[in-house]
Amino acid sequence: MKELIRDFTGAYGPSGREDQVREVIRRAVEPHCDRVTVDVLGNLIAFRKGQGGQGAAAGGEPLKVMLAAHMDEIGLIITHIDEKGFLRFANVGGVSPHVLIGQRMVFGNGVSGSIGTERVDDIKQLALDKLFLDIGATGREEAAGLVEIGDMATYQRGLVEHGGRLSSKAMDDRIGCVVIAEVLRRLQGSPHDVYAVFTVQEEVGLRGARTSAYGIDPGFGLAFDVCPVGDTPRSKSILNTELGGGAAIKAKDVSVVVPPAVKDLLVKTAKANGIAYQMEVLPAGGTDTGAIQLTRSGVPAGCISIPTRYVHTPVEMVDLADVEACVKLAVAVLGGPIEV
Amino acid sequence: MELEQMKILSEARGVSGQEAAVRAYLREQLEGHVGELRSDTLGNLFAYKAGSLERPVVMFAAHMDEVGFLVTGVDKEGMVHVATVGGVDAGVIPSKAVKVGPKALPGVIGTKAIHLQEPDERTKPFDVKKLVVDIGAKNKDEASKLVKPGDQVTFATSFGEFGDGLWKGKALDDRIGCAVLTEVLRGSYEVPVVGVFTVQEEIGTRGAAVAAYAVRPDIGVCLEGTVCADIPGTEEDAETTRLGSGPAISVMDAGTIHHPVLVKHLVKLAKANGIPYQYRRAIRGGNDASRMSLAGAGAKACAVSVPCRYIHSPVAVASRKDFENTVKLLRVFLESVGKGELEI
Repeated sequence: MKELIRDFTGAYGPSGREDQVREVIRRAVEPHCDRVTVDVLGNLIAFRKGQGGQGAAAGGEPLKVMLAAHMDEIGLIITHIDEKGFLRFANVGGVSPHVLIGQRMVFGNGVSGSIGTERVDDIKQLALDKLFLDIGATGREEAAGLVEIGDMATYQRGLVEHGGRLSSKAMDDRIGCVVIAEVLRRLQGSPHDVYAVFTVQEEVGLRGARTSAYGIDPGFGLAFDVCPVGDTPRSKSILNTELGGGAAIKAKDVSVVVPPAVKDLLVKTAKANGIAYQMEVLPAGGTDTGAIQLTRSGVPAGCISIPTRYVHTPVEMVDLADVEACVKLAVAVLGGPIEV
Repeated sequence: MELEQMKILSEARGVSGQEAAVRAYLREQLEGHVGELRSDTLGNLFAYKAGSLERPVVMFAAHMDEVGFLVTGVDKEGMVHVATVGGVDAGVIPSKAVKVGPKALPGVIGTKAIHLQEPDERTKPFDVKKLVVDIGAKNKDEASKLVKPGDQVTFATSFGEFGDGLWKGKALDDRIGCAVLTEVLRGSYEVPVVGVFTVQEEIGTRGAAVAAYAVRPDIGVCLEGTVCADIPGTEEDAETTRLGSGPAISVMDAGTIHHPVLVKHLVKLAKANGIPYQYRRAIRGGNDASRMSLAGAGAKACAVSVPCRYIHSPVAVASRKDFENTVKLLRVFLESVGKGELEI
């Protein structure tokens, strides 16, 4: 699984520019599915035919189950190139100006640059429009030959192993993509039709999940995303989630209240299989779960979260034991009846 | 022709939800140039042009509504109380002539004369909660006979041409988009085109939400009058667009990441045909493109705008050349899509 994590987190793919990461994921999941398609917004949909029969929906027909993890990562979009070749930018998703100082960023074509800042007397005044990206160009013309307005950059930061814990850029939500890829590999026959969707544009408003769920019209949805933790020194967070505490079963975030029947199914399955789990109530931020739930006339949907430290920084950290728990829980859920 | 049409469109009154006058004029302008013309429940106007091809279906959206005010009641002094509709800049509201209700009664948004203001009143921003319109009524009874809660209040700005081919007027956001779309719909194309003049964009792109659901386009193009801040006091990196530099092609805003395939194709066509263009160099704001991109199972969407200085105020400024180049770019785009030059 470590190799998948390295490959998935290493790929370039800010919101709306998911082509490169999509190819990396496609190569990994293709051997384990019946069909892989890409829809109009760029969602990658891996389909596995279900066996029906016992554990399937009423009448023995397979239930359509949609799994979702987003491929896109946060980044920057270029809005201006000045006469000296410095680039100005805006954020793609939730990027903090304080985190950006001193970062190295990379574009889809491999061009990289460093973040610099105008002089600010008070750090509280630091905002994105005080920052610029220096790609080493000596003037506007040289810069414009390397990048264009509308091009996007992401953190340039590799994966590091700290024993059983890993840190990298884009764990949010490539680790969710890894969980789904691993589920597809391990799943030995399921009564359900599985549509594993690697969604686009989650970080800018759950957009890919919305259109892909409409297209699939699932009977049950399960999202996989990171959740922040409250276990760091003097954390004032109200979160009770912790790294190493097991798969996090979502009760609520800003986008969704998970129906009790869905939450209970996940908890019951974790208990029955001896899988470590913890409950998650997320006071800020939404997930694809909400977009799936509100599709057409409504879809029962839940979310298994991977506890993650330092979310939206270049050093997002996860615990491999938690990742393993998430995979096991999903495999167990998909192997049995889903009555919600 | 263009000038007369733009004048009528700019001066037509239509805050969000009350677009009837704009719709009626557009319908008249389009008769004979398109196939079916119809309105839906919310008031969106659909103009269908069949092509020789079945697909891709190209939908355009330009919104008919403008920002303004809505009457909430009258007080015992005969003053009309109003609320803002859409993002009206509070700083530009005081001391304006307006038109009130269906009969376009003249009204004035007055302010206390500077002689009477306390020093701190001069530095405080205008409080929109205290917004009243003077329609010259003596008391509540008289005012109640002239206006009703829900009546629209619009800025009373006359449209005109000035400088070197510049236009000034109210509601250029987005009547200039409506004018662009009207011109585009007068051409003939191989691809099927659905031109939609949408309602209620300024209060949350509401008309486009139902229109896009009804049309389910393959390609959605939003036509806007957009922010242009090439004015003193704004640094070059914040100007967003520049007047006279051609149609502004969006790359991303609060509602949409404009599809890179469409953006690249528009740029390629502009270059190949010698049409000036610029990118919209900011990500704030949103428009009908978001509704088209997310309708049903999704569509490729983009936005092409005519730069307009001072939008969301009583008077904005646009360039006739930008308008003409926007029309030209969109026509070339439709022709190119009809030739199969864009992979969908």
